[in-house]
Amino acid sequence: MSSEELKQPALTVKNISKRFGGIQALQNVSFNINKGEVVALLGDNGAGKSTLVRCVSGIHPPDGGEILVNDQQVTVASPQDARELGIETVHQDLAVIPDFDIAANLFLNREILHKNPLLRLLGWLDNKAMREQAQISLQRLNSKVPDLTEAISRLSGGQRQAVAIARAVNSGADVVIMDEPTAALGVEQSAQVNELINLISSQGVAVLLISHNMQHVMETCDRAVVLLRGESIANVKISDVTPRDLVGFITGAQRLTA
Amino acid sequence: MLPPEKLNKHAIANAFLRREYFVYYVFILTLLFFTVTLHDVSFFSVTNFMNVIRQTTPVTIMAIGLTFALAGGHIDLSIGAVVALAALVAALLLQMVPVPVAVIGALMVGVAVGLINGLLIEWLKVSSLLITLGTMGVITGVARQLTNLESVPIIEPSFNFVFGSGSFGPVSVLLLWTLGIAALGYLLLRKCRFGRHLLAVGGNEKGARAMGISTIKVRIMALVLASSAAALAGLLYAGRLHGARYTLGEADLLTVIAAVAIGGTSLFGGRASILGAVIGSWLMGLINNGLILSGFSTNEQMIARGVILVVAVAIGVKEQQK
Repeated sequence: MSSEELKQPALTVKNISKRFGGIQALQNVSFNINKGEVVALLGDNGAGKSTLVRCVSGIHPPDGGEILVNDQQVTVASPQDARELGIETVHQDLAVIPDFDIAANLFLNREILHKNPLLRLLGWLDNKAMREQAQISLQRLNSKVPDLTEAISRLSGGQRQAVAIARAVNSGADVVIMDEPTAALGVEQSAQVNELINLISSQGVAVLLISHNMQHVMETCDRAVVLLRGESIANVKISDVTPRDLVGFITGAQRLTA
Repeated sequence: MLPPEKLNKHAIANAFLRREYFVYYVFILTLLFFTVTLHDVSFFSVTNFMNVIRQTTPVTIMAIGLTFALAGGHIDLSIGAVVALAALVAALLLQMVPVPVAVIGALMVGVAVGLINGLLIEWLKVSSLLITLGTMGVITGVARQLTNLESVPIIEPSFNFVFGSGSFGPVSVLLLWTLGIAALGYLLLRKCRFGRHLLAVGGNEKGARAMGISTIKVRIMALVLASSAAALAGLLYAGRLHGARYTLGEADLLTVIAAVAIGGTSLFGGRASILGAVIGSWLMGLINNGLILSGFSTNEQMIARGVILVVAVAIGVKEQQK
């Protein structure tokens, strides 16, 4: 889907700043992601990518600046806030529980409770419903996951990644942030994750993708935002730049703010 | 059910050797061993087994409570001390107020200790091992101070009946307590959202937090359950012995930790088994009973408990490394 037609911002970040002690981790960072758009968040190690992700996902609330979801200003004070606002994050370590099965991981902190109101009060889980829903949502992502009762720790890296992405999408998120989703994956599994990203963006989900893999960025992203020492120094359409340009921005050899 | 392709010999062998089942094999082997070696003193009899259950129930209840603390990645060393304090509080209150009020008062001791433990751990960001080691000392001191080391008798028959001395035919109320609390614990851990969140926190704390689970709330709740269970164990001692004394629960900590560890609960969080804790505590009771009937002393029982704990932990750690 061409993101040009859908110029509705799903997530807008305005002048976000964050300090850790004496270090200015983020300074007046601004950008937006439209619905159905895949935006790459680039930068060298320590440029502030992870801090920005943590600000938006509620792990470290920012010191200053605004976050807007669907043009509404919001406060993201905790991961729970972020999830309720429709911002889901696929963390680098995936934040999955190794001993839990796929369904339990998919519905972590979003468990389906029993229909009986009395049992609901006790927090009684409806595991059957969760398993059925898990089946559906994994099928929608064309994921080949063998057995829903399999513990996550027994799955391959790509399958775990698929579960983590499915969890983000499953909740009906408008914005999905992915922190280096293919860093630990082989070629084939990376391709599967790319397909997943294309699929969910075609469903209207806005994706913010952190990656060090320029080829991956060129293939999957519509736009790139580049951070350098906590500042946003470039915001470019992927079709307008070459991988060399992007590397130039990342290292600070080139500057360009749209 | 396993898909057919997994049903090769290796998988079957692995399934039988799974850590969770270990306690059941050891239990059965111990049972067989003592049945054979102690056939002349009627080890294998309903009376003797009911005796074991009656002696073990407080440990079983504590083990179920500690399972919750461990599931969330905490340990609670103060549970033994809570047993004595709760029992003494119950005994003293029974001299003044009706039974239900005294019972609630004693259980509140457990709730309060759990809250204090949990809040201290979260505020100070110090390991539960150190915090509960400290509160154990404080509670023990308070329990000794409370009655100046005097025992307090309980002459309230209804209390004594319900909390340990009563029985229905050959079935002691203590067996009913064990089954009831075990069922509650199992349902809470396996069928309710709280249990799932607790295991998530114990299995991957950062991950659970990133998913919006309030790790603080869940863990404090687990510690409250652990010490409330210990308080109930105190009541069950008091009811069986018709009185309370500061030494109650004193020697139980090692037994409880060994029982839980051998039952398949990880000492590092994320894996827990209520049934394992129950069978583990019965195993400890069986070994005690067998050793006594064989003429061994309490010293040797203590050595046996220590060895079991080390073996159980060793197996658990090996499993974790896989």
